Amino acid sequence: MSDTAILQVDDLRVHFPVRSKGILRRHVNDVKAVDGVSFDVQRGQTLGLVGESGCGKTTTGLAILRLVEPTSGRVHFDGRDVTEFDKRELRAIRKRMAMIFQDPYASLNPRMSIGSIIAEPLEIHGLVPGRAARRNRVGELLELVGLSPDFRNRYPHEFSGGQRQRVGIARALATEPDFIVADEPIAALDVSIQAQIMNLMEALQDELGLTYLFIAHDLAAVQHVSDRIAVMYLGRVVEVADRVTLYEDPKHPYTKALLSAVPVPDPVLERQRRRVVLEGDVPSPIDPPEGCNFSTRCPDRFEPCTTIDPSLRAVGTSHEAACHLYDGKRR
Amino acid sequence: MSAPDRPLDLHDAGTPPVEHQSRLREVLGTLVQNRLSVLGLVILAVLIVLALFGEAIAPFELNDIDVVNRLQGPSGDHWFGTDDLGRDVFSRVIIAARVSLQVGFIAVGIALAAGVPIGLVAGFYGRGVDSVLMRLMDILFSFPAVLLAIAILAVLGPGLRNAMIAIGIVYTPIFARITRGSVLSVKQEVYVRAARSLGASDARILRRHILPNVLAPIIVQTSLSLAFAILAEAALSFLGLGVQPPEPAWGRMLADGRRFFQDAPWMAIFPGLGILFTVMAFNFVGDGLRDALDPKQKSVIESRGQTT
Amino acid sequence: MTGAATSGEAVLSVRDLTVRFGTKRGPARVVNGISYDLAAGETLAIVGESGSGKSVSVLSLMKLIPEPPGKIDGEVIFRGRDLVAASEADLQAVRGNHMAMIFQDPMTSLNPVMTIGHQLTEPMEHHLDLSTTDARTRAVDLLELVGIPSAARRLDDYPHQFSGGMRQRVVIAMGLACDPEVLIADEATTALDVTTQAQIVELVQRLQEQLGMAVIWITHDLGVVAGIADRVLVMYAGRIVEEGLVDDLYADPRHPYTLGLLASLPKPGADRPETLFSIPGLPPDPIVLPPGCAFWDRCTYRLDAACRSDVPELRTVAPGHKVATHYDITAESP
Repeated sequence: MSDTAILQVDDLRVHFPVRSKGILRRHVNDVKAVDGVSFDVQRGQTLGLVGESGCGKTTTGLAILRLVEPTSGRVHFDGRDVTEFDKRELRAIRKRMAMIFQDPYASLNPRMSIGSIIAEPLEIHGLVPGRAARRNRVGELLELVGLSPDFRNRYPHEFSGGQRQRVGIARALATEPDFIVADEPIAALDVSIQAQIMNLMEALQDELGLTYLFIAHDLAAVQHVSDRIAVMYLGRVVEVADRVTLYEDPKHPYTKALLSAVPVPDPVLERQRRRVVLEGDVPSPIDPPEGCNFSTRCPDRFEPCTTIDPSLRAVGTSHEAACHLYDGKRR
Repeated sequence: MSAPDRPLDLHDAGTPPVEHQSRLREVLGTLVQNRLSVLGLVILAVLIVLALFGEAIAPFELNDIDVVNRLQGPSGDHWFGTDDLGRDVFSRVIIAARVSLQVGFIAVGIALAAGVPIGLVAGFYGRGVDSVLMRLMDILFSFPAVLLAIAILAVLGPGLRNAMIAIGIVYTPIFARITRGSVLSVKQEVYVRAARSLGASDARILRRHILPNVLAPIIVQTSLSLAFAILAEAALSFLGLGVQPPEPAWGRMLADGRRFFQDAPWMAIFPGLGILFTVMAFNFVGDGLRDALDPKQKSVIESRGQTT
Repeated sequence: MTGAATSGEAVLSVRDLTVRFGTKRGPARVVNGISYDLAAGETLAIVGESGSGKSVSVLSLMKLIPEPPGKIDGEVIFRGRDLVAASEADLQAVRGNHMAMIFQDPMTSLNPVMTIGHQLTEPMEHHLDLSTTDARTRAVDLLELVGIPSAARRLDDYPHQFSGGMRQRVVIAMGLACDPEVLIADEATTALDVTTQAQIVELVQRLQEQLGMAVIWITHDLGVVAGIADRVLVMYAGRIVEEGLVDDLYADPRHPYTLGLLASLPKPGADRPETLFSIPGLPPDPIVLPPGCAFWDRCTYRLDAACRSDVPELRTVAPGHKVATHYDITAESP
């Protein structure tokens, strides 16, 4: 493991118990939302976490911040294991790790003004004492995200989606965190606004030296903002590579299918493209398939896939994939 | 194709599309569009004036006994007639408004003060805390309201103060249930998770994020409960458990008038109308508030961002 | 695909369609005089952001918006008749029968307490006068057509027993139930994952070849449009700002808005720009539209005088390619 990693996630699992309906509510099964996820995020970089709905990418992000409790596994932030933290330590570390949410309509309290929303983290951590000083700081934060400080007395419903997402970003930045989990930050926004928010996030990263975990289903957006990309399927990371390698030389059949399914805004290319259209649906995370998770839909399935679970292994320079196709061919 | 080459202005996020009015003004604005709510508000305003300045307005003293003029029908001197002791019914009805409103506000205040925190804690923490608190509330709720109030008064003894406490206890489970129900949905909101991600404590989340967002149904319930509390007080006073004579109360006056209903119906009718108008007024306002506070009433166009 | 289908005669002609909604703050001008023809068998994409009026414009074709507060003006000529002036009974005969619609969210466009068999056969019994048995046979055929495995067995299942992608297939089967001439897909793949979206896009293309219907595809996703459309209309603030064959429009966008939208899309691959181009600002409020070009305050090419005061008319700049600007981008830009 590299010593510049600010975040190290190791075999993280989040299982949600499924209980029977009767009075006894027996614990009958588990939804294995996250089932053994490992990756590192380097300081000052962006790791893109990409996958389709239900793959566990959002739960992974929430578990890293312990907004859902991990079932097992380790999350080291700056060398300290977050999963061991007590309530007090956890609240303190949230000064340094922040989150940006998908839905800018739902993530801002409708009864609070923009100013008090952004001031809240400052109050919680006692950062900028004094009303006037806090007011100034809120103004600075608003300007930082491209909004006028005059907006501080307005309420969330007065703003458009893109503007609200800027408020959400300002709130996340208030405590000057090192690390931000951005959960689908552009998915709910209009096309012309998505570019604004991606540019803003990148500019802030350069200016403030932020590290991002950028969670999204939109592969094109993830490739634009990320340095490295981890692809998730059914609670697992199936492939990790830097952004160029993942695009030019994908190894896992699921990554290949995902890349081929992303529509490209170019009619000529679209017509020439050969699509890998996957059969069927994603299996239930309550009862994932034996062996490889992807074996039920994989076009390249062969002997060991339905029995042996492939682990993530090196398939190239800083390129890992969990697939039996690459058994025994290191490098 | 090349991108336009004008320098980008990262800081141009645009100005908010519309300047909206404040929420309070918006709610009041919707409320006054409802005619029945306006009527309710007017009646309540009159009642409050009567409650505050009853003695000054009343033409006679409360307990001016005038046996000669007993059981007189409504006239120029005695607008609502006189009772069996020759007291002016109009004066007594006016002054009794104070008792009714006082009982209503204090009893509902007790129910709010007990029920809302119980509902907040039960809904927010769930599991065991929720089960224990809400089963307790269910037990209270399973008795008929007036019967429970009578039982409590049997323990505490009759009187105005104890009647208010009894009514307050009876209505506590309603507020606990309504609060808990709203908390269950509000605590799933993303902004609650966002507050937690910032390191907010439970107390802060409850105070700043959950309570303000569960207030709407509580406010509606408060105005409806005021009506029920006034009815309950009337019932208790009717049974002789509430306000003690010679203090006037509508329920008490109704009970006294019952014996003379054949000869002097005004003794019962006017306090009865007092109860009726007060209860109606609170109900009208409550219904209006429900509409005004319900965000689903807003037109699609008004909730920007969702129109396509 | 492109060009092959566009030469046929128009099955649908929209002329000067205008839609307004009354609001407390005044009338919201959501669709402001749009005109276009839909050729038999063609796929026409209507592209725009939220608030552009694209969904409202197609909902008004069959008068599926509440009136009031809505108000529809203009002409929608379909099967020799103006639907805007048509009676409710005539409209009901058209809806779901000759012109069908599939919506964004398959969960809310299916009734959760009715089996999908029931929901499929009901319009067929109504519009096509089929017996219950014939309707069920046709329902099974349709479910097989849209790729639902063991269709006969699944006819008596409820919507929640299907996955998101399968539900959208059921919704498409419902849209096809009466062999419509025009199928309108309103953000039909927006709620789906990309791999499921790819399945649905392929399905609609196959069905269109098999059944020869015309499709209006409403979306904000310029990637999907590139793969599926013959012709594209770009809408902004309730007007068509650019119209053209898909290849022309993508290769040579002539409206600053279209150009900006295309430039703001991240492109997968090795060579990424340092920053994406982004259109500054926000779309205008439909209640207070500016007097001139609605894109004026976000435009990189504006000429202040004319752009600010006069609404640019849609004019032809190349065969089949129209644009509503005062300014010709290609004439002066590098």
